[in-house]
Amino acid sequence: MNEVTKRFQAKLNIKSGRIDMTHGSGGRAMNDLIEQLFQKHFENDYLNQKNDQAILPALGANERIVMATDSHVVSPLFFPGGDIGALSVHGTVNDVAMSGAKPLYLSAGFILEEGFALADLEKIVISMAKAAREAGVAIVTGDTKVVEKGKGDGVFISTTGIGVVSIDLDISGANAKPGDAVLINGTIGDHGVAIMSHRENLAFETEIISDSASLNGVIADMVKAVPEINVLRDPTRGGLASTLNEIAQQSGVGIKLMEDDIPVRSDVHAACEFLGLDPLYVANEGKVIVICPQDKAETLLEIMRNHPLGQHAAQIGTVHEDPNHFVTMETAFGGARVVDWLNGEQLPRIC
Amino acid sequence: MKYVNEFRQKELAHKIAENIKAEVQPDRDYHIMEFCGGHTHAIFRYGVQDLMPKNVHYVHGPGCPVCVLPIPRIDNAIELCERHNVILCTYGDMMRVPASQKKSLIKAKAAGADVRMVYSTQNALELARQNPERDVVFFAIGFETTTPPTAIALQQARKERLMNFSVFCNHVLTPSAIGHILDSEDPQADAQVALDGFLGPSHVSSVIGTKPYEPAVEKYKKPVVIAGFEPLDVMQASLMLIRQINEGRCEVENEYHRVVTRDGNLKAQQLVAEVFELRDTFEWRGLGWMEKSALQIRAPFAQWDAEKRFELSKSTGRDVKGCACPDILRGMKKPTDCKLFGTICTPEDPQGACMVSSEGSCAAYWSYGRFRMDNKGSENAA
Amino acid sequence: MCLAIPVEVISTDPEKDTAMVSLDGIKKEISVALIDDVQVGDYVLLHVGYAINKISPQEAEKTLELMAESGLLAPSVQEQLS
Repeated sequence: MNEVTKRFQAKLNIKSGRIDMTHGSGGRAMNDLIEQLFQKHFENDYLNQKNDQAILPALGANERIVMATDSHVVSPLFFPGGDIGALSVHGTVNDVAMSGAKPLYLSAGFILEEGFALADLEKIVISMAKAAREAGVAIVTGDTKVVEKGKGDGVFISTTGIGVVSIDLDISGANAKPGDAVLINGTIGDHGVAIMSHRENLAFETEIISDSASLNGVIADMVKAVPEINVLRDPTRGGLASTLNEIAQQSGVGIKLMEDDIPVRSDVHAACEFLGLDPLYVANEGKVIVICPQDKAETLLEIMRNHPLGQHAAQIGTVHEDPNHFVTMETAFGGARVVDWLNGEQLPRIC
Repeated sequence: MKYVNEFRQKELAHKIAENIKAEVQPDRDYHIMEFCGGHTHAIFRYGVQDLMPKNVHYVHGPGCPVCVLPIPRIDNAIELCERHNVILCTYGDMMRVPASQKKSLIKAKAAGADVRMVYSTQNALELARQNPERDVVFFAIGFETTTPPTAIALQQARKERLMNFSVFCNHVLTPSAIGHILDSEDPQADAQVALDGFLGPSHVSSVIGTKPYEPAVEKYKKPVVIAGFEPLDVMQASLMLIRQINEGRCEVENEYHRVVTRDGNLKAQQLVAEVFELRDTFEWRGLGWMEKSALQIRAPFAQWDAEKRFELSKSTGRDVKGCACPDILRGMKKPTDCKLFGTICTPEDPQGACMVSSEGSCAAYWSYGRFRMDNKGSENAA
Repeated sequence: MCLAIPVEVISTDPEKDTAMVSLDGIKKEISVALIDDVQVGDYVLLHVGYAINKISPQEAEKTLELMAESGLLAPSVQEQLS
């Protein structure tokens, strides 16, 4: 930013200011918002080009581009263990990383509601910037729109991620094979329960915090040691159950889980009892399902357990042949059941 | 989780399973109706039947308040928010239950109706306090367990003169339903298997006690064992029933002693009696019109009775053609006997109530038990 | 029907007829208007925000003991098996 523009620029009143329609008008107010908030915190060479696009370096000879996009509409915006800003980075970084790729760049689209406090927006932007730095990605381009009051929920953030993956890797939801092991890097349901504990009408007190995190670090370690990994996927909405059903369908296999081996925090379990929910269907934001040849399972578990995001890693099941592509589970009780897709929305149950 | 985990222990389950195996007579079948959806859910979620001998059959009963509510009542609830523009508060379970014309509360909400999911009647009262300019109606459903909290809300509303709050009362009574099932049992009918005994409700009984089941047991000579909702409770109570059946006894026994007594919760019963009275008749999905089987709000609370405050149409909504929910709710058919099961009726697009509620037997079969069926949807012998 | 769970009372507010209850670290304020004489340390059955009954620790213990018993003690069965 050169001296001339700085002198004639109004200072954004972050402390008590609010988003109004001018912030999305394409005029000066929007420019102020972009420069004083987004560019300031996201700060990187590509964004500093100040063009409508970012021109990125060429790929290496053995690399392919990986791209993923994700929109974030979480309520509440700030929750124990995270906020919509960090989540919007973690979600897309993870989607890119699930191919075994190294995520490099993000774009960020903001839909802001008229009246939204600039102080909250700044908190969110700072959190995004921090999450991006931690994940080693740069937010290189973006967009801002403002909708009238009542037509949004504070802020929606849409992020798109680009990464690169070696041509030698073939990791896909379609690659699970009979005999493979099914692993997870830790406890399930933390994110969903942390969010629900703050929902109106359901509110309860708990120490549970969201597991929202970028998994590209631990995934890079795993892929490096065991390039034979068949599937990586993050069980977000719909929980572990729905994600495994997706994989079973895509790969044309059956999956059998051992309930006793699935890591669930005792307070998450308790919260689920409170609400009549099943932790298998509750959302995660920092978990990865790994499906690999059984003889590689121990190596991968070891790598995960040595990483801060995988201390409770466990093998939770196996892949087998099944023309029905069922996900089944041996219950902790000794019986068997189907683990179906999530049907409808997870609504707390009373009866 | 104290009093939860102990009753889900694998080792004890196997112990009870051994006892059951030792005591069942191999040359006969045992048809046990679990009245409650809570039991159905436990049986399927934990895979209890995998531990039971093959000749012990669970027949799923009508004890799911979501399932037994007939379509006209749901039509009325939708009418309350769409035509009378009220804030309609409901427990989460009711949101997806199909009404007439493929509607449901969740679809009405999507179309602009103000439907709010609540966890407790206290949330509904709070909504009424926060929105004095709006009418707030609590869509009350459930058996005797869920009735006392509605009674408290009505008393509080009257005390606070909360005039914009009212209750659309659909509370129903368990003993009447059990009596009705036994009344309609026709021992001559080939299609129907006679029931040998009942697993009685757990949380309903914690409120009403075990006494109200005594007349039915006396009259119909079928044993009832009150059972908790944890899987070990279901197994132990099944064992107690098998013993009664083997010995030719017909008594009300109680496995769920830790919560249920013969008299139940007298304070809650008193509160319910102050606020509610018996309806002459009420329609149940599957069981039809039954006399003295439901509650209505007493005259002193008429101002808080949504049925008195709002004009409601006489809906003629009927179940989807071919839907076997009525027979399934009476234990006459299994979910897999229904032509719609798994074809046009699945949990994503439920046609009947038994597929909506996670405690409905169709949903339990589909979501937890599907691997036991062959491709034609009938059950494997294994 | 009727989802209900056992929770421990950790404090009471007789004025409001409410109690703070806990289940493995989850805490929630509930109504105790449906039961009498609630004490800290009691276990109650929680349903839709209300305690609907107390849980008897002695009876719970007895039920578990019964479950652990060998069913072969029943004389009628021993006869059949012999």
